[in-house]
Amino acid sequence: MNKKQKKVLLRIVVTAVMLVVLQLVKTTGALRLALYLAAYLVIGWDILRKAFHGILNRRVFDENFLMAVATVGAFALAIHTKSGDYLEGIAVMLFYQIGELFQSYAVGKSRKNIAALMDIRPDYANVEVDGRVEQVDPEEVAVGTVIVVQPGEKVPLDGVILEGNSSLDTVALTGESIPRDVVAGDGIISGCINLSGLLKVQTTKEFGESTVSKILDMVENASSRKSRAEDFIARFARIYTPAVCYSALALALLPPLVRLAFLSLTPQWGVWAYRALIFLVVSCPCALVISVPLSFFAGLGGASKEGVLIKGSNYLEALAQVQCVVFDKTGTLTEGTFEVAGIHHSVMEEERLLEYAALAECASNHPISKSLQRAYGKEIDRSRVGEIQEISGHGVVAVVDGQTVAIGNDKLMEQHRIPYHECGSAGTVIHVAVDGAYAGHVLISDTVKPHAKAAVAALKALGVTRTVMLTGDRDRAARQVAAELGVDEVHSELLPGDKVDRLEQILTSGKGGKVAFVGDGINDAPVLTRADVGIAMGALGSDAAIEAADVVLMDDDPLQIVKGIKIARKCTGIVRQNILLALVVKFGCLSLTAVGLSNMWLAIFADVGVMVLAVLNAIRALRVHNL
Amino acid sequence: MKKTYKIEVDCANCANLMEETTRKVAGVAAATVNFMTQKMVVEFEDGQEPARVMKDVLKACKKVEPDCEIEL
Repeated sequence: MNKKQKKVLLRIVVTAVMLVVLQLVKTTGALRLALYLAAYLVIGWDILRKAFHGILNRRVFDENFLMAVATVGAFALAIHTKSGDYLEGIAVMLFYQIGELFQSYAVGKSRKNIAALMDIRPDYANVEVDGRVEQVDPEEVAVGTVIVVQPGEKVPLDGVILEGNSSLDTVALTGESIPRDVVAGDGIISGCINLSGLLKVQTTKEFGESTVSKILDMVENASSRKSRAEDFIARFARIYTPAVCYSALALALLPPLVRLAFLSLTPQWGVWAYRALIFLVVSCPCALVISVPLSFFAGLGGASKEGVLIKGSNYLEALAQVQCVVFDKTGTLTEGTFEVAGIHHSVMEEERLLEYAALAECASNHPISKSLQRAYGKEIDRSRVGEIQEISGHGVVAVVDGQTVAIGNDKLMEQHRIPYHECGSAGTVIHVAVDGAYAGHVLISDTVKPHAKAAVAALKALGVTRTVMLTGDRDRAARQVAAELGVDEVHSELLPGDKVDRLEQILTSGKGGKVAFVGDGINDAPVLTRADVGIAMGALGSDAAIEAADVVLMDDDPLQIVKGIKIARKCTGIVRQNILLALVVKFGCLSLTAVGLSNMWLAIFADVGVMVLAVLNAIRALRVHNL
Repeated sequence: MKKTYKIEVDCANCANLMEETTRKVAGVAAATVNFMTQKMVVEFEDGQEPARVMKDVLKACKKVEPDCEIEL
């Protein structure tokens, strides 16, 4: 508890003690009034002051005003009727203050909890200066500096390991609890904790650009993108409070006047004024105003803890309504690491075919070329390779050892009018032709991620009605993967631009529900932006993906998509419960009050009780680990 | 120019009020108040001195919410 909260607590205790004593000791007349008034001022002076301030600043209908009018009114009524029952007015104020204190405590506490979840901000970096290690602010470390990370310390900046090997705890970043082993030469991202060995790291980014800053920035700014539910509450509160105030005024004036003028009954001013005051107490919109953003905040915090970074409450809301999930294939459902699975129809030694292929592709960084070079396994002698001509979307034609080697897909063979053998197996087929004669083909396959099938099944169990896979790969390979995983629709042989068109078609053909696109962030930034919810996976380190996506999965496990949707649903469910609870109780109380079936105590429950319940419910959104 | 300030404010509604008020201060192009992280991001109009504008912002905020605090 902070100082302010302690002060309020003290005032609450003092007032409570005063009230108990006043109940036990019989007093009458002016002395009684003075004593009760003293208790009232102890608990309520700041509310009165704020209400007064509000009126001076022409900002009338706020909660302080409501409380001030209601309690002062209750006092005035007790004086007027000479009942001597001053307790109610003070009790309303007392419970209001208790409620406010609880709220401020609970909110502060959950704010701290969430902040602790995301406590990945490194405090210092160890820089070697003249052989001595000095601790400096990570913001002051320039790119290319060598820093030392000792066991137990947080990695302060992104970089490459120069010396040492160790295992890294990435749980704060990815939610993955198994440590990751790293050796010299590996990239390392800030925010991980170095567990075992001493590491020397050369930084590759400034602090402001490093992973940890990006993540913190995203989490902190997430709650400023308001969801529809939050907008609704803000609009609702603006209309609701004045509306209830005017209703209270009408309730105080109209029925007595009607009784007096038309029914020739006694006006019963006191009864109706009392009911109007209850109206004011019930009317405070705090339960809604605080619990809805708090639920979203807790949901976003809980999700980040699980390695699902959601960029705003609006995206959390959209994620909960996802009906259709569109996947990119490579790197999302499959590992994205290609391997040579076989060499078929080779007219020469398989080794030699692979050698030609690897040499011809030596200038390319494409994952497929890399896989050929890996399979070849020997040092590539570039001097053997002459002119290289890349034909985009087809392949490569290169001069190797003085022979013209054409290597690529079916289209390349057709272009060069070389008859080729179809391949019966799934995977990417790379044909090789030497001096215009077909020499065989290399089959390259990509393995499906271990949890991909379970993830698709789990999505369907969650009520996702449509799953689609988009890929640039050839049709046969795509269909086989889709059938294996249980994906409903496949669109294959797409160029990057086609993916956007396909997604647009899916967006327009959908009936309600949101469309999520899941990609690995490579080449699919436009598609990520276009979808209702763009999900980038395993995106740590890929700046373009972090920019373009609405949801970033720090792990590349497809089951994280399911987890994200579950968290979003739980959170929006809690928001709905809170809105419903508050509205039902409040409107119930208001109608009971209007017909005279309630009293001040019920009103206090409707105000403070509902708020306490709503805040407690909101905090539930934080617990998402076992979803 | 954009700057972030730490704030202290007790209730969500008061934070919304601070946001509205800050936006109306001369020299402020845009402002968002984040109650949950207790932060205020203010974007200043070109050629404005942040320190001077923030003084007005603090004054205006104090007027609507006497209990609030902005760390300048």
